[in-house]
Amino acid sequence: MSYNWNWHIFWELSPEGNGTYLDMLFSGLYWTLATSLSAWVLALVAGSIVGIARTLPIKPLQWLAAAYVEVFRNVPLLVQLFLWYFVLPEVVPHAFGLWLKQMPNAAFYSSVVGVGFFTSARVAEQLRAGIIALPPGQPMAGKALGLSLAQVYRYVLLPVAYRIILPPLTSEFLNTIKNTSVALTIGLLELTARARSMQEFSFQVFEAFTAATVLYLLINLVVVVAMQLLERRLAISGHFGGK
Amino acid sequence: MFGNLDFDVIRRSAGYLFFDGMSFTLTLTALTTVIGGAIGTVLAMIRLAPIPVLPKVVTAYVNLTRSLPLVLLIFWFYFLVPYVGQWLTGADRPVHVGAFSSSLITFTMVEAAYFCEIMRAGIQSIAASQTNAARAVGLSYLQAMRYVVLPQAFRNMVPLLLTQTIVMFQDTSLVYVVSITDFLGAASKVAQRDGRLVEMYLFAAVVYFCFSFAASMLVRHLQRRNEFVH
Amino acid sequence: MLEKPMIDITLVNKLYGSFQVLTDCTTKVAKGEVVVVCGPSGSGKSTLIKCVNALEPFQSGRIIVDGVNLSDPKIDLNRLRARVGMVFQHFELFPHLKITENLCLAQEKVLGRSREEAMVKAMGLLERVGLKDHAHKRPGQLSGGQQQRVAIARALAMDPVAMLFDEPTSALDPEMINEVLDVMIELAKEGMTMMVVTHEMGFARKVAHRVIFMDKGEIVEDAPKEDFFGKPHSDRAQTFLSKILTH
Repeated sequence: MSYNWNWHIFWELSPEGNGTYLDMLFSGLYWTLATSLSAWVLALVAGSIVGIARTLPIKPLQWLAAAYVEVFRNVPLLVQLFLWYFVLPEVVPHAFGLWLKQMPNAAFYSSVVGVGFFTSARVAEQLRAGIIALPPGQPMAGKALGLSLAQVYRYVLLPVAYRIILPPLTSEFLNTIKNTSVALTIGLLELTARARSMQEFSFQVFEAFTAATVLYLLINLVVVVAMQLLERRLAISGHFGGK
Repeated sequence: MFGNLDFDVIRRSAGYLFFDGMSFTLTLTALTTVIGGAIGTVLAMIRLAPIPVLPKVVTAYVNLTRSLPLVLLIFWFYFLVPYVGQWLTGADRPVHVGAFSSSLITFTMVEAAYFCEIMRAGIQSIAASQTNAARAVGLSYLQAMRYVVLPQAFRNMVPLLLTQTIVMFQDTSLVYVVSITDFLGAASKVAQRDGRLVEMYLFAAVVYFCFSFAASMLVRHLQRRNEFVH
Repeated sequence: MLEKPMIDITLVNKLYGSFQVLTDCTTKVAKGEVVVVCGPSGSGKSTLIKCVNALEPFQSGRIIVDGVNLSDPKIDLNRLRARVGMVFQHFELFPHLKITENLCLAQEKVLGRSREEAMVKAMGLLERVGLKDHAHKRPGQLSGGQQQRVAIARALAMDPVAMLFDEPTSALDPEMINEVLDVMIELAKEGMTMMVVTHEMGFARKVAHRVIFMDKGEIVEDAPKEDFFGKPHSDRAQTFLSKILTH
């Protein structure tokens, strides 16, 4: 193997002048986490609205929500990021477009919005599946007590639906973290981008990518453990009433 | 707002976009699906086989691959494959492997990991009684797999496998990070050469949407037909 | 009885797609009356009582509950449903809420009662159905019979003018049926207007005033209890009774 290993590379100063290569990687880690969490919040909010809309007894709303899901699911994430980052500033009113182009951290905001909406379609589908998995007697019982439709969703359906979909939501969150790496194409300096920079400056390819790999695996581990704790706290003792 | 857009650029570059770009995307998707699918099925069988060590290795590989971003995996294989080639062929420097070959290997190995999980679920969903019945008439483990379990597992999992293929079709756009010209790459090149970002990226989005949406409608249709048959 | 009936059903027809579920159903339930609705499965009995509290829509006919016409566009259906209690075959308690929360939820959100008021009412009702000690448990920790008694308490917490029961004991193991029927018998004795879909003819004989027999979406028999059990008029009712009275 004609590769020169140098595990001390992490403590050497990077040519960017901001510290060591390790600092560079941690900076990337920070941006990965910031983008993932922000995008995830957006995905949960938008996805919940769309997911609920898909189950409401109003046909036009259902159709709109279904169209939303199809659009965001059938276009690759990379293309969606390009649309938010390159195309949006060009098609909005001129002044707004200029402001978008001059925004500092434009890549970050585009990534959050892009990954957020991409993921929201998947969250919507999962929430819809969770809601329709409930026995039809549950909303009926709520209705029979005089609860309005909004109250039935708020107090009867959603609290249980969200608990049901915690496992697939966890996977979706892990996917979100992975997907932020695609944003390196629009200049987001997240973890994979920094590992690539480190490789380009120092030629220590395998050290750089091993570090990135380890960090991603650590994030995964933390998320999985945290979600398991959350699941345990929220578990409903026993099953649904009835058979 | 839509004032100085020139959608004619799409018509002018259509040949390049589709003959060069899209054919590459479709070829890569097809190769990845077939080869990755075959490898993935083998991996699934290994995971479920009652032998020591190897199933654990496969499990570790599958979990690792599914935990890492595809972009990172593309870089990994891009740099690793030449060294593996050097080790395999005994050369004295890393073997030069083009971006295309290494991305083909990347996608194939990633697809194999995802296919492995789908096929594993499929195989496990076929009741153990089927395997037992097959063994009882004298078939070996491999024969039971080949003639009894796998055909049924495969048929049950077709919707999931097709959906995974559609996902892979979209994921191939990531070859962008190693500067390969697939459909998106072609659109991007035209966009930058002619300064027509809006038109080209919008067009790319529409094309990807049409292909993926049509394919997913087909899958849904197949699923519905399957339900009636059962 | 000259006062207006509590539940007044006139020529109700209901279609599900192109399938006729209810055909010209007409009957009345007076205040304080207990009416048992029986019939083979698919006869529309569950659908009929679900029309009474507007859970199911109907295409033609008229239903008036406590003076309120269900088809009147001006009425607040939610408020109406709060006044008519319903107990379901599968209990349908809310699994993520404690028993007390199950009872207080609609009291607070629909009737606007304060938490304290609602809790007093809830605990009183739980005592009445014999489940005060289980107040802070979750439905999953209770047996079927206990859950159904809680479900009855939950409906009663809204101070309803009438109670509808949709096969309340059909999903219970035999040894738990009586604990639920006992609560229902008490309720009947206290003068609650009740419409009960059930196969439990022992209950019917004990507290029902009238028995309605339905078949294929029609009300075939509608007679006082003594007449019904003594000499039912139709062959269909006769066949049905002979099948189930072996219990």
